[in-house]
Amino acid sequence: MDLSELYRDVIVDHNRRPRNFGRLESATQLADGNNPLCGDKLRVYVDVEHDVIRDVRFDGSGCAISTASASLMSEAVKGRSRAEVAELFAQVHRMLTRHDEAPDPGLGKLAALAGVREFPARVKCASLCWHTLNAALTGGHEVSTE
Amino acid sequence: MAAVPRVTDAYDVMRIREDFPILARRVNGRPLVYLDSAASAQQPATVIDAVAGYSREHHANVHRGIHTLSQEATALYEAARERVRRFVNARSASEIVFVRGTTEAINLVAQAHGRAQLEQGDEILISWLEHHSNIVPWQLLCEQTGAILRVVPIDRRGVVDNDAYAGMLGPRTRIVALAQVSNALGTVLPLRELLELARRRGITTVVDGAQAVPHQRVDVQQLGCDFYAFSGHKMYGPTGIGVLYGRESILESMPPWQGGGEMILSVSFSGTTYNHLPHRFEAGTPNIAGAVGLGAAIDYIEAVGIDRIGRHEQELLASATAQLASIPGLTLIGTAPQKSSLVSFAVDGIHPHDLGTVLDSEGIAVRTGHHCAMPVMEFFGVPATTRASFGLYNSRAEIDELYGAVLRAIRMLR
Repeated sequence: MDLSELYRDVIVDHNRRPRNFGRLESATQLADGNNPLCGDKLRVYVDVEHDVIRDVRFDGSGCAISTASASLMSEAVKGRSRAEVAELFAQVHRMLTRHDEAPDPGLGKLAALAGVREFPARVKCASLCWHTLNAALTGGHEVSTE
Repeated sequence: MAAVPRVTDAYDVMRIREDFPILARRVNGRPLVYLDSAASAQQPATVIDAVAGYSREHHANVHRGIHTLSQEATALYEAARERVRRFVNARSASEIVFVRGTTEAINLVAQAHGRAQLEQGDEILISWLEHHSNIVPWQLLCEQTGAILRVVPIDRRGVVDNDAYAGMLGPRTRIVALAQVSNALGTVLPLRELLELARRRGITTVVDGAQAVPHQRVDVQQLGCDFYAFSGHKMYGPTGIGVLYGRESILESMPPWQGGGEMILSVSFSGTTYNHLPHRFEAGTPNIAGAVGLGAAIDYIEAVGIDRIGRHEQELLASATAQLASIPGLTLIGTAPQKSSLVSFAVDGIHPHDLGTVLDSEGIAVRTGHHCAMPVMEFFGVPATTRASFGLYNSRAEIDELYGAVLRAIRMLR
């Protein structure tokens, strides 16, 4: 069990200083993700125009894996189309669950999460943000303009 | 059946550890440091052997057959009941109902007693620090009867507000249900005083004793409670077996809970006559092996001595509290003056799950999460805590291990 594979420098850094953290005022959609077992709570905001994610932010509280994963995700999906995000999610999912293949080179910095697969109890921490983003993009609740 | 452990005057924890086979194993290449007994305690060989011995040599259904094995199984099952009776000092073995665990025991009280007694507008009083198993059964009962659930507040130390409690006991209060020891905070409640106030008003009293029985002497007559619930697996016994103590007069007044075999005297399509106590509340074939194991666990606890266990654990608690409190950025959650042997804590900037993973990599088992007490987490404004809980087999060296590992985790994650 190699902890440095789980808590790589990139993960620790993104946990300490999460990117795109906070409310997104221009959000067109948002969704909440909860992991009641851990108490992780995440809200993902997206600003989607013509099928492209113009901007994405998140807030909430969670463990280092869930926070870093959301932070890395927010950097990775900005400017991408829904279809590209779906493909990326599928690749992340494969990386988190498949032991027999190397992470897809297209994952870029997201590959830092590859170590999570050695810790089955933590896979859901890393995937929570992706499920939440998915919920925001497909249906989600529309942001009310109060 | 199983050998009774040897006892010496000094509390020889290393000797005691040898009685628990699992403590010899390694986890992630390191000797196991098991600090999660409040979730489930490990079993001594005498319990494991009692269960296996029962299955190898005596198993049959109880209270059914005329044949030898059935009689042996019945004798062992009822002997376990008698051990439980003595352990909690109930007046009669007919007051001891075997159930799956504390959760089932409380649900039994809510449904068999509460549902028959409560009406719209009646009140059930619990405290803020209850485990979900002493909250949700009452919420279900409220939905069914229109009764109202009221919650006694706690203070920042995790101590139940006695004055608020006294003030909340009203003319409509029908049931008071309290933990004796909080599983999330370790707080020991002054139950005798609290229950006395309820009893004077004729209110039914229910105690969740799951976290108390492994650590302190429990005497249900002295407590003066109507019901007392606890689980075998938190007191070094098997899972799937637990106990509901019920005062005989109140058990007699209750309709059955579940229907089936064992709980009847005679059945015809025109009507059914229910069995005597406690069998009326034990529908179906019970967990016979579990009861035998629980009996062996009680034997083990009594051989070591519950008072000595309590003293040993208080030393561990004092040591863990002092060491952890010295760590900058670490906050102890639950600082009641009377505490059982567990420490719950939060570390600034580090989520309990990350801490739990780092500790696990060093072979240290702690519980992280909300501990099935989400209202407690909400009260302290944390999503979760890390909890280290100590049993009779834990050593000072293990507390040192915990302390060192928490420091290393902080260096790694912060």
